Amino acid sequence: MSIILDKVNYVYSEKTAYEIHALKDVSLKINDGEFIGIIGHTGSGKSTLIQHLNGLVKASSGGIYYNGQDIDDDDYNRKELRSKVGLVFQYPEHQLFETTVFADVCFGPKNQGLSRKQSELKAFTALRSVRLPEDYWYRSPFELSGGQKRRAAIAGVLAMEPEVLVLDEPTAGLDPKGRDEILDLVAKLHKERRMTVILVSHSMEDVAKYVGRLIVMNRGSVMYDGTPAEVFAHYQELEEVGLAAPQVTYLMHELRGRGIPANGTATTLEEAKQSILQAFSEKR
Amino acid sequence: MLRDITIGQYYPADSVIHKLDPRTKLMATLVYILSLFLFRNVAGFAAVTLWLALVIWLSKVPFGYMVRGLKAVVIILLITVLFNLFLTPGETLVSFWKLRITEEGLKNAAFMAVRLIYLILGSSILTLTTTPNQLTDGLEKSLKPLNKIHVPVHEIAMMMSIALRFIPILIEETDKIMKAQLARGADFESGNLVKKAKEMVPLLVPLFISAFRRANDLALAMEARCYHGGEGRTKMKPLKYKHVDFLVYLAAAGYFMAVILLRRLW
Ligand SMILES: Nc1ncnc2c1ncn2[C@@H]1O[C@H](COP(=O)(O)OP(=O)(O)O)[C@@H](O)[C@H]1O
Ligand SMILES: [Mg+2]
Repeated sequence: MSIILDKVNYVYSEKTAYEIHALKDVSLKINDGEFIGIIGHTGSGKSTLIQHLNGLVKASSGGIYYNGQDIDDDDYNRKELRSKVGLVFQYPEHQLFETTVFADVCFGPKNQGLSRKQSELKAFTALRSVRLPEDYWYRSPFELSGGQKRRAAIAGVLAMEPEVLVLDEPTAGLDPKGRDEILDLVAKLHKERRMTVILVSHSMEDVAKYVGRLIVMNRGSVMYDGTPAEVFAHYQELEEVGLAAPQVTYLMHELRGRGIPANGTATTLEEAKQSILQAFSEKR
Repeated sequence: MLRDITIGQYYPADSVIHKLDPRTKLMATLVYILSLFLFRNVAGFAAVTLWLALVIWLSKVPFGYMVRGLKAVVIILLITVLFNLFLTPGETLVSFWKLRITEEGLKNAAFMAVRLIYLILGSSILTLTTTPNQLTDGLEKSLKPLNKIHVPVHEIAMMMSIALRFIPILIEETDKIMKAQLARGADFESGNLVKKAKEMVPLLVPLFISAFRRANDLALAMEARCYHGGEGRTKMKPLKYKHVDFLVYLAAAGYFMAVILLRRLW
């Protein structure tokens, strides 16, 4: 069970004056149950990349395989693929349309051909798991706050019970509290349901804390692909392309530079704390 | 998918035509369209073709790009040609079944086809080489005299430029909403008419809401910058004729005269 991308290229507005080569020879293997972060500056091709995973855009060249089957095959059921690879877009305003949040979350399961009863059950479970308070379920989705709209949008995709959950910048425009809540929610889904999660973000701090694997996109190509510690070891190169490692990475390197044996690969606050405490106790 | 619509699209290039004043281009286009309906013999046709070829060459827009705009009118073109071909009375050339083709019919059909194709090519040169903003600026200034008879020229031009500005934004937005709903299993293609109309709801509701929100934001932003209509408003880049514009006016006048004179031949 995996998603494989083989030398995928994508060109927007091909053969016009506005041609943009958005993806260049992207090859990836995404395994079951992974929690992956995709980072890169704006315009690096993150959104374009994830829209290939459920067949919303067709690669200009290259192959995409879901569980070993080529999704570009004529007889491949792309509609079913879309309910297996759930994609939550950046702006919840682009998908909320029903009169109530609950009805909106039912939209996905209904499209899967489920009965009204079954759809409502799925919606109920999904809204519960995103922890949207029940008071909001029967209100218009347009009355919700930014964070609540995001939850409603995530529930709308979760209700289809996908095997893979892909989120495009789910924290953009949220305050720090709302951001942490959404990310904790996603981490919980990954842990409890063993779901494959792909999280797109442009904030290093966001992803470092949660993901097991980090993919760095730069101008349409994969620049680095590895654990956060491996990727952030290249913090100087990352800076050159306009990205930055988490602040603790800089702190740790600074400490090492001053002769303190701190762990240079620490990427989260917790790891950094451990390593600093250890370094000082050894010194004593 | 939706982005491939090319009507009225601007094609950026560095050419003499791109740099002309939009008023010059509007006037020249008008003269050109008039000339299309004035020529009636091969000499006139040659003059128009030469003029068009010269402008296309000067504009540096790839010819293939221009021809794409013709696809949209192939049907109309065919119908016009067929009607002219079969329904013009005159000297019969060939006849079969109940249809007959006359010499006049052949000539009319050929000229009509040429006129339509040239009309579209000519006017697409205007939109391909002029940004929507320039175009409305030029229109506003050319129509200024109508202000005297209380035509709200500035307001009309402002509405036009806002509408033009919003078209690509709304197309982009539609594309995104469509993708977001497709990701939830929506289906915009299958089914009968009623079902299809129903399927548009998840697309239209977010689109309308976003359009209203954008319009509201824009109104507020204009208000916040003290917009109060055209009265006493100056421009950051006022339109100004250059030498080349006068040359083009002269050339256009010369061309128009030539087309009229050529009518007298034969
Ligand atoms: N629908 C589109 N049409 C044309 N160009 C696009 C479209 N979407 C994105 N692009 C272009 O493709 C490139 C990659 O964009 P995107 O995948 O959205 O990047 P990211 O999500 O990393 O910000 C950018 O240069 C962007 O301008
Ligand atoms: Mg994006």
